[in-house]
Amino acid sequence: MSQLDEILLQAQTAFAQATDSNALEQAKALFLGKSGQITELLKGLGKLDAEARRAAGAEINACKTAVEAALEARRDALRTAALEQQLAAEALDVTLPGRGAGHGGLHPVTRTQERYETLFHSIGFEVADGPEIETDWYNFTALNTPENHPARSMHDTFYLQNGENVLLRTHTSPVQIRAMQAHAKLHAGKDVMPDLRIIAPGRVYRVDSDATHSPMFHQVEGLWVGKDISFAGMKGVIIDFLQRFFETEELQVRLRPSFFPFTEPSAEIDFAFMTGPNKGRWLEISGCGMVHPNVLRFGGIDPEKYTGFAFGMGLDRLTMLRYGVNDLRQFFENDLRFLSQFSE
Amino acid sequence: MQFSEQWLRSLVNPALDSDALCHLLTMAGLEVEEVSPVAPDFSGVVVAQIVSFEKHPNADKLKVCAVDIGTGELQQIVCGAPNVFAGMKAPCARVGAKLPGFDIKAAKLRGVESFGMMCSSRELGLDEDHGGLMVLPEDAPVGTDVRQYLSLDDKLITIKLTPNRADCLSLMGVAREVSALTATPLQAPQIKAVPAALEARREVVLNAPKAGPRYLGRVLRDVNTQAPTPAWMRQRLERCGVRSISAVVDVTNYVMLELGQPLHAFDDDTLKGAIHVRHPAAGEQITLLNGQVVDLLPDHLLIADESRPLALAGVMGGEASGVGDNTRNVFLESAFFQPDAIAGRARALGFSSDASHRFERGVDPELAPVAMERATALILEICGGQAGAVVEAISTADMPVRARVTLGADRARKVIGVDIPTAEMAAIFERLGMRTEVAGERITVQAPSYRFDIEIEEDLIEEVARVFGYDNIPPVPPMGPMRMLPQSEGATPAHRLRRRVAARDYQEIVSFAFVEEAWERDFAGNADPIRLANPIASQLAVMRSSLIGGLIGVLDTNIRRRASRVRLFEIGRCFSRDAQGVPVEGYAQPLRLAGLAWGPAVAEQWGTATRRVDFFDVKADVEALLGDRASYVAATHPALHPGRCAAVVVDGKQIGVVGELHPAWVQKYDLSTAPVVFELDLSRALEASVPAARDLTRQPSVTRDLALVVPVKLPAGELVEALRAAAPEIVRSVAVFDVYTGKGIDPEHKSIALRAVLQHTERTLEETEIEQAMNALVQAAEQKFGAHLRA
Repeated sequence: MSQLDEILLQAQTAFAQATDSNALEQAKALFLGKSGQITELLKGLGKLDAEARRAAGAEINACKTAVEAALEARRDALRTAALEQQLAAEALDVTLPGRGAGHGGLHPVTRTQERYETLFHSIGFEVADGPEIETDWYNFTALNTPENHPARSMHDTFYLQNGENVLLRTHTSPVQIRAMQAHAKLHAGKDVMPDLRIIAPGRVYRVDSDATHSPMFHQVEGLWVGKDISFAGMKGVIIDFLQRFFETEELQVRLRPSFFPFTEPSAEIDFAFMTGPNKGRWLEISGCGMVHPNVLRFGGIDPEKYTGFAFGMGLDRLTMLRYGVNDLRQFFENDLRFLSQFSE
Repeated sequence: MQFSEQWLRSLVNPALDSDALCHLLTMAGLEVEEVSPVAPDFSGVVVAQIVSFEKHPNADKLKVCAVDIGTGELQQIVCGAPNVFAGMKAPCARVGAKLPGFDIKAAKLRGVESFGMMCSSRELGLDEDHGGLMVLPEDAPVGTDVRQYLSLDDKLITIKLTPNRADCLSLMGVAREVSALTATPLQAPQIKAVPAALEARREVVLNAPKAGPRYLGRVLRDVNTQAPTPAWMRQRLERCGVRSISAVVDVTNYVMLELGQPLHAFDDDTLKGAIHVRHPAAGEQITLLNGQVVDLLPDHLLIADESRPLALAGVMGGEASGVGDNTRNVFLESAFFQPDAIAGRARALGFSSDASHRFERGVDPELAPVAMERATALILEICGGQAGAVVEAISTADMPVRARVTLGADRARKVIGVDIPTAEMAAIFERLGMRTEVAGERITVQAPSYRFDIEIEEDLIEEVARVFGYDNIPPVPPMGPMRMLPQSEGATPAHRLRRRVAARDYQEIVSFAFVEEAWERDFAGNADPIRLANPIASQLAVMRSSLIGGLIGVLDTNIRRRASRVRLFEIGRCFSRDAQGVPVEGYAQPLRLAGLAWGPAVAEQWGTATRRVDFFDVKADVEALLGDRASYVAATHPALHPGRCAAVVVDGKQIGVVGELHPAWVQKYDLSTAPVVFELDLSRALEASVPAARDLTRQPSVTRDLALVVPVKLPAGELVEALRAAAPEIVRSVAVFDVYTGKGIDPEHKSIALRAVLQHTERTLEETEIEQAMNALVQAAEQKFGAHLRA
């Protein structure tokens, strides 16, 4: 074995024995330091003639490179080992839960309302609002339901003490009148009034309280008035909605003739799922119809020029069907164990 | 309205089974709510006669009967019923019969053979009567199948009629509709006039012809009101849900069900002189058949004789003049009253009657004479007696006239959205019994007298759509110009705000707008809330003027259900009296957003020490919702702890509060620890501004801290506000970073540590400028609040 081979072997051994970076740097000094073995050999080159110097120089340099490589490899190994040790020491139990604040959630009926608004917004319906303490005129008379009309007995109305002709609205339909009046005023004097498209979600009140009725509940009204609005169009919009809301085309929908003072022709809409727990059962979902000419007139719109359709749906009922809630009263009991099921 | 399918089929019998018939009715707007068979399935039961019987040799209560079941050979049947007698007719289940729940076999009962079973009505599933065998009439033909004999293969159909279809409140009305829809001929009962056999008559005077324009009366003499109602009539009445009372009353009910004309029978011997149809005089009273004493109002309509009110017209008869057991002479009324004169009257008195239900929706004005003859004939047939002449008073000018209504066929097509040919529309009207004239695209019709709901073009469009079939109208997406809707960035959509509140760990609730009166007093300081005239319960009697009560109520519900941490919010309307209220005069109805936090600040967890939620946790939530717009000043509120309550102020106006519940209410409502609540005006909380960006400056900023000793009662917010106002332009921000009381500061004072950030937009600040600015802040604090720098 040549001297150089010996030095290399010594260096490799010394480096391998160094267990931390200090020891490694000390070992390095033995070979590559100012008076290290390789440095000394290089210093000795000057004594050789040119020919021999070149040859010896090349050999020493090759050895030096090899020693340096061994040094670098050992440095790497030590670094890696140190890092691994650190990582192992810092490891966490990542299965413990995250820290900090939790999150709440929306009420299921609000969640439905938001979806409802989004779906109708996508075909150009705006959201309208109206008061919950309403006048008799807006709640009944303007909806073609004069005093003593038998249809008034279909609604069990809450009245206010000492209130002249004021009540808690029994449906969201009065918003129709307010919206038409505002729209007609806004476009007064124009040759053609642009279409009016609104939905009006909100709370309504009836004197009724049992397993399937709550004295306060949620309805949403829809109204589209324009030059070419037909019953077939109403059917189209409502079926479209039901399919999008329940995210299935597998629905049977039927309209049956009915009566509301504020629409004519009027219909009740029933639909049935083709799968799931309610499969094949007709479920009443909406009352609807073509806006009665008297109602258009009360809204300030000429029934000779414009027609419209209106529909009302129960938001609570939509929510129950969508999420499989069986008892309406749960919506108003506000038990957090129930409500938290609907957080996102 | 409930009726018997067989009765209907006796008037019109289309080739449809029960299901198809019901579907037809539902799809025509006469919604079938319920169909139930009259009797459950059973077979092999016949009319039988017990020819003779003897006591069972081995059992005291059993009898061994010889029974004729029509086979020519008497059957031996053991029977335990107490009401057995020789010659009795009763149903017998033969050997091999199938009864609800069991089959009949030949058997030995206590050693005696028995070939069949005599039945009670409960054993046949007809009712709950198990007192003995079901007794059949003496003339029941032995051997006949009982189902056939009692018409048990019938169904009870209940339809829900909308108020516009009063014409269908009778068997004839429904039959007419079925006939029109199926083009099946109608077999109406043959009604002939009963000639007068008596001179007796009672004059009729119409004093209120607008309300009561037609009244027919007739005296019937020597009527046996004790005569039994025939079985067929009793059965039809019962299957329509009407209890049999006495023959005369039963006939009036029967004719009402059959034809739709309410009738009334008076005891003629209780009447004095002529009959008047009039409005009451002031102070008049009547006692109705149901015992109710009514103070009559000017808009009531009365039937009266010359001495007193007899009946509330079209609503209910009076107690004193009704037909009773001793009645021999009857005065029969058949009249037309205007719907307006009857509508709402019964409801105002707290009941509804068959007569008022029909009159207020509209009874065929041409029906009164027909019904009078029908009822007369039936009474004479059942009860005997003679009839006087019909006395009719009519004010022709006040009778309803069916308007001629014109339909534009084009308009109908446009409104329905289907190309229905004009001729087809005309055919529909013809089938509905309307007089129809077609001129080009215009169809003019006159509705029959029984249709009160055909007055305008839309009424005709509805008839076309209904008979054409809603199912046959295709759904079509409507067309409209594609225009975008406005989307204001200057207002946060309410749903987005909801999600932001929910993201801060609040669960949304929905609570009733009517609340306990105590909540209004305690949480809103409202001694005179808006009250409901007819609340459903005393704890739901007043309208809320604040959402806080509802939140506390829901907190309580959840504490009872063992929740240990509750965080709630609601967006809802609140109500107060306000003369300037819009849009309903007298009432302000703003939407509010309110929240409540109770229990640990964060859910109990492994890495965080548990502490109770406090004012500043919830204030942080409010700050997160409102951003920099809002400032907070100490305030008081009826619901809240006076030292832990801040008014939320935006643009100098209070828009809400945040604070800890008052300890008095914590104790009263048994809450163990105080919740922190906030309530904000929703419209103000939704306000937002469109960002207006400024160029960033590259100049370095400088930070300087300042500790000021101020009186302990000085709100930090006031100090910061004053410093911001006094600060030169280069001061970008001033914020509190510490508050200290204790060692080194006398108890009347506290030290507030503030951090100011200073920056010039165009150049680096010089040290002298910085010092001047900081001195300006200190001076302002000194002058305003007597503050000094902390040593």
